[in-house]
Amino acid sequence: MEEYPDDRRYTEEHEWIQSENGQQGGVQAVVGITDHAQCALGDIVFVELPAIGSDLHQGEAFGTVESVKSVSDLYAPASGRVVAINAALNEHPEYVNEDPYGRGWMVRIELTAPAELDRLLDAGAYERLVSGS
Amino acid sequence: MERTPLYAEHIGLGARITQFAGWEMPLQYRGIIVEHNAVRGAAGLFDVSHMGELLVRGTGAARVVDRLATNDPSHLVAGQAMYTLLCMDDGGTVDDCVVYCRIPGREYLFVVNAANIDADAHWMRAAMAGRSDVELVDLSPETALLSLQGPRSVAILGRLLGLGVPDLATLRSFRFWPEVPWMDIVLMIARTGYTGEDGFEICCASDHAPKLWSALLTAGEPEGLLPCGLGARDTLRLEAALPLYGHELSPTITPLEAGLDRFVAWTDRAGRPRSFLGAEALRRIKAAGVPRRLVGLLPERPRIARAGAVLSVASGQPVGFVTSGTFSPTLGSGIALALARVEEDPLPLWLEVHGRQVSAERVALPFYRRRRTQSS
Repeated sequence: MEEYPDDRRYTEEHEWIQSENGQQGGVQAVVGITDHAQCALGDIVFVELPAIGSDLHQGEAFGTVESVKSVSDLYAPASGRVVAINAALNEHPEYVNEDPYGRGWMVRIELTAPAELDRLLDAGAYERLVSGS
Repeated sequence: MERTPLYAEHIGLGARITQFAGWEMPLQYRGIIVEHNAVRGAAGLFDVSHMGELLVRGTGAARVVDRLATNDPSHLVAGQAMYTLLCMDDGGTVDDCVVYCRIPGREYLFVVNAANIDADAHWMRAAMAGRSDVELVDLSPETALLSLQGPRSVAILGRLLGLGVPDLATLRSFRFWPEVPWMDIVLMIARTGYTGEDGFEICCASDHAPKLWSALLTAGEPEGLLPCGLGARDTLRLEAALPLYGHELSPTITPLEAGLDRFVAWTDRAGRPRSFLGAEALRRIKAAGVPRRLVGLLPERPRIARAGAVLSVASGQPVGFVTSGTFSPTLGSGIALALARVEEDPLPLWLEVHGRQVSAERVALPFYRRRRTQSS
């Protein structure tokens, strides 16, 4: 069964974002794709991520995820500056399939508008979205 | 949407279903890469019952088949099969298929692509018009086809049939046994496939397909056999550079452009020119020089070019397009086939991949070639 932890928010484009308090008082958040997304994509063989320091804008494409069958854009769940990327995915893109909410995380951003998260789906709403599709 | 007689088995195995040529088919069970690797290293079992079986029979069958096929089926012996193209008058491709000689001169079975069954039958009947000594029978609805592929296929089929490896070794590549009794049914077993590995394609009546499918999975379990979907079928055939109709072949792509010259028999065994459908046009094209050819490309890692990607030379001039592209699990990189006007090594080549230009290296085909063993 696909899982949707309730400690994070979701987009209709199948990304998740989990916010946490940053070290300098700002709000940081980690972004990845959902279990539903990794399952639908199948074997993931390449994840293209932005450079550290890039600015992301909510709803805009910031990278791509490529499976054997297809390539898909990644959309920023919220606006902010990239402070870290999961470089392990270069060697191990399969982490996204194996552990989409953990080792398969993609970028960490310093949020510029944390209130944007309020517009995203909670776990229940996301689950209804994907079960209805 | 149509379903094969094994649809319930696929659902039971947790397959993800995809739509292909009007059929609901398994795309994958556990995953494309693990299924692909099973076929390369052990064995895989595919349901390809969506494919068509068209039987040409009658005393005039040999003449008609000789007229239909670019390759020369007239010298096939009973139990022998060959790959051939079927062409239109202008040299464009109607379909590609394997023709099985059941009775020389009288009975030839064409196994054709699912998407083309009706078009092929229509085209074949047109070529038979006015003849009362030959008929076309579409056996597709009552026929199931399973494909057992990979180096452990011999051991698995041997276990199923109670035959030893030496017995199965007598069934050589592109040969088939028309009637093999198994339990209370009859199988047609051919040493053919679409993966670049040794393997077998096994026909039976649709009603019996679930029994055969489960028995093969059971016989194969100790050998590492996995059920495999169309996803792995595509990555396997592409590594082996085997054409897929609708991609490398189409009404606007000739067999010569697809690099399938060796399956176009210009003359019969006595050296006389053959007059199959499309022969004149193909001779003209060959004489004038084939304008574009299928080439193998490796996009710069880790990029993967997909069908439709534009191929250009350094000046930016487009020279062709990708017909099929995927990730190769064996090479661990992207691979692509492209139809291109490529002169001698106009390097570098560039592919447009997801909105950006990526360099590509031209390589010899196939991308993957198995190491042959004596038994196959």
